[in-house]
Amino acid sequence: MKKTAFHNMHVQAGAKMVSFAGFEMPIQYPTGILEEHRIVRNGVGVFDVSHMGEFFVKGSDALALIQKISINDASKLTPGKAQYSAMCTEDGGIVDDLLVYCLAENSYMLVVNGANVDKDFAWVQTNAAGFANVSVTDESDEISLLAVQGPASLDVLQTLTDVNLSEIPYYSFVEGVLAGAPMIISRTGYTGEIGFELYIDHRSANVLDVTTKIFEAGASKGISWIGLGARDTLRLEKGYCLYGNDIDGTTNPIEAGLGWITKLAKGSFNGSDVIARVKEEGPTRRLVGFVMKSEKLIPRSGYDIVSGGASVGKVTSGNTSPGLGTGIGLGYVRIDLASPGTAIEIAARGTTFPAEVIKLPFL
Amino acid sequence: MNLPADLKYTKEHEWIRIEGNVGTIGVTDHAQGELGDVVYIDIPDANATVDQGGTFGTIEAVKTVADLFAPVSGTIIEVNDVNGSPDIVNKDPYGAGWLVKIELSKPSEVDGLLDVNAYKALIGA
Repeated sequence: MKKTAFHNMHVQAGAKMVSFAGFEMPIQYPTGILEEHRIVRNGVGVFDVSHMGEFFVKGSDALALIQKISINDASKLTPGKAQYSAMCTEDGGIVDDLLVYCLAENSYMLVVNGANVDKDFAWVQTNAAGFANVSVTDESDEISLLAVQGPASLDVLQTLTDVNLSEIPYYSFVEGVLAGAPMIISRTGYTGEIGFELYIDHRSANVLDVTTKIFEAGASKGISWIGLGARDTLRLEKGYCLYGNDIDGTTNPIEAGLGWITKLAKGSFNGSDVIARVKEEGPTRRLVGFVMKSEKLIPRSGYDIVSGGASVGKVTSGNTSPGLGTGIGLGYVRIDLASPGTAIEIAARGTTFPAEVIKLPFL
Repeated sequence: MNLPADLKYTKEHEWIRIEGNVGTIGVTDHAQGELGDVVYIDIPDANATVDQGGTFGTIEAVKTVADLFAPVSGTIIEVNDVNGSPDIVNKDPYGAGWLVKIELSKPSEVDGLLDVNAYKALIGA
């Protein structure tokens, strides 16, 4: 089991550690998931997401390789811009979702899910074999990733850097110095709040010192560590997909609601023929969000979605929404049941509980 | 870890306080800690007759859901409506966070429950 650079800090903070993506990761702190959730919505919290993977793609064929493996159009990126995307197989199934950062001309960083690092690296390397001038390196073990998220995050981090953080647009980044250390300061996140993700290379920075300074700077704002438990409730309220739950090798981007990042007009890419056909014919099922109409059940991944007495799909993510005070979930349903307002039921404990399809995000 | 010595415990992490022929039941401090934030207690039948070891409800927490098991056989005579502020189960599991009262139909079952030392040994406390 791997440990992130911040492992001792989590233990000292009283974290409950669990196995996740091959790492011992904090699922919650003594604060508790609901309060951690509120801290990020109302103040500022810090997530250790160093289990995420970072690949660097360089060379005159870097863009061509990324255009082949990524469903979004990386040719739109300029240095300092990032893009949400996914990688697909030839049959349109999703290998992983990822962020593509344009560091410079012919130089990119791909940020992938921690559980998929080895699979993804092999996938990118396989695809790179067809290109003469590209190098791909996995530097996941050298880079720590802290997500500082919440409405107070900008003010807290601004005290530690000369970079004007308010001038970094969403899905943009700056390579700059913060808390005395060089890093990538990225205006991205998985919470729906204002926030920054800080990519810090161990080879050029003391990541523990940076972290200590961030916590000192945020003390007056009640800055806290936030675990994976609240990360899940925060992303679910915004309807963000989680790989392995809501998307995987058996789901295509169109039915997963990722049509907005699927740029068929850019030309051929892995899976583009299948995805174009699905788009033209229309998907047979759709990932939808639903809210529980009963307070008695919190939906959980794997529960059946029922309509007319028959199973019409499975819940892929479910939890309580601290913001709405009710159970919410994501799941695939037959396409005729995918419209907002459709009544469905969630099966559990030998019975069913009423729910309603809604338009994402939940809030 | 708060483990009152005057209670009996189950392997499923319920506690029971016996007063006359009535047992007051809840989940242990260990259980609430493992579950994390409790958000709903569902006890479908407020007048149910339960058998020892049978389920009488579920406890929904943010992270997970767990069944509630009856420590003894009997009839549920009172349900504590904690759903207005379910975090009381986390904050005061042996007090205001109690869940049900059961009138015992087989009082001798109590002798087979875990005492505090046996429960401590079970959870490694």
